[in-house]
Amino acid sequence: MATEQDETAWMTDHCRVTLAELASLSGLPDEVLRELVDCGALAPLDPREGDGTFSAHYVVSMRTAGRLRSDFELDANALAVALSFIERIRELEEQLHAARAQAPRRLR
Amino acid sequence: MKYKDYYQTLGVSRDASAADIKKAYRKLAQKHHPDVSKEAGAEERFKDIAEAYTTLKDADKRAAFDRLGSHAPGEDFRPPPDWGEQFGAQPGGHGFRFEDIDLSDLFAGLGGTGGRGGRGGGHGGGAGLSMPGEDFEVVAPISIEDAATGTLVELNLSVPEYDASGRLARTPRVFKARIPKGATHGQRLRLRGKGGKGFNGGRDGDLYLNIELKPHPLFRPAGHDLYLDLPIAPWEAALGATVAVPTLAGSVHLKIPAGTMTGQKLRLARRGLPRPEGEAGDLFAIAQLVVPPTLTERERELFGELAAGSTFDPRSHFTKEGSDGN
Repeated sequence: MATEQDETAWMTDHCRVTLAELASLSGLPDEVLRELVDCGALAPLDPREGDGTFSAHYVVSMRTAGRLRSDFELDANALAVALSFIERIRELEEQLHAARAQAPRRLR
Repeated sequence: MKYKDYYQTLGVSRDASAADIKKAYRKLAQKHHPDVSKEAGAEERFKDIAEAYTTLKDADKRAAFDRLGSHAPGEDFRPPPDWGEQFGAQPGGHGFRFEDIDLSDLFAGLGGTGGRGGRGGGHGGGAGLSMPGEDFEVVAPISIEDAATGTLVELNLSVPEYDASGRLARTPRVFKARIPKGATHGQRLRLRGKGGKGFNGGRDGDLYLNIELKPHPLFRPAGHDLYLDLPIAPWEAALGATVAVPTLAGSVHLKIPAGTMTGQKLRLARRGLPRPEGEAGDLFAIAQLVVPPTLTERERELFGELAAGSTFDPRSHFTKEGSDGN
């Protein structure tokens, strides 16, 4: 059984990816990603650039988008709506996690 | 080869219309899709549903499936001998046997409109076509202490990989991944090319680690901040005190201001988890007023004197609000 070792890269705002990389990692075609940019579901770091670069945190949400598009046959508009709900849920889960952390242990 | 009843998987009759099949798939997918469902086993269930739909939504594949006849799910059966060549499974010279492959491999060989690649399907297209390796997403539970210092985790995974003839087989692999300091709950790390091996020149998949911080007896994380319950005695709350407080880097002294109330947060700057870039998070000690569970005679006397001599009324607003409003 082989043992492998490698360094890791954070999927956070500290790393960035190109549109082509995002397409490759998510399985979403370039044109769908561009439509998501037009819908506001995906924001390039510098909107003035052509295809631009993106925060690596989008890799996680765009991979989800890739799965949803494939499995539910969603178009870009439906994907944008789904992604906005997913992002809202992620924010609420983060707030819930923080609220739980701040509540005294005996109250949780 | 084990038989799977795709109609039963989708809960439709064998004469169901294409619209009914699509409707049944969408209903089940909404319930079991791993991005939607938190239920255990949802991913496996969804794979079965997607496999069934991938075959039944395609008229040619559905007709081929129907030609197999009806068997009990899990029953061993043998497709007609000419199916191997017909479905691009490369019989002859490669030791091809129907017993070695899955029903989904057989239908993937038909081509047409498959599901998305890289989710445990077959080689999907016969010889010559390159396929990217599957991406894997796994949870990596680490302690808060390991998140603060960085750590090396060892992951034992059984991963589907293509063999020389393009068939998927599960292979045990051990991954060692260095998690640099700065991790916190819910963060993702990507190990490029460390997922499933690509087939026929396709790129190797990636391995995504979903960081999960294990529960700690004292600290609770929120992002890179940490929260700690700080029990204090009534006299420490009233008069103020300096107490020893545990942090990830050892004990420090914390000054409790006079008049501290339960629930007040006392901040220890940059004593939380380090961030990948920039300053560390903070540690917040949450004051919890605690009274002695049993009082000694002397303590009872002293509390009695305090009660008799104090003019403090913690419920004075009851009277005011009660008389104003009602």
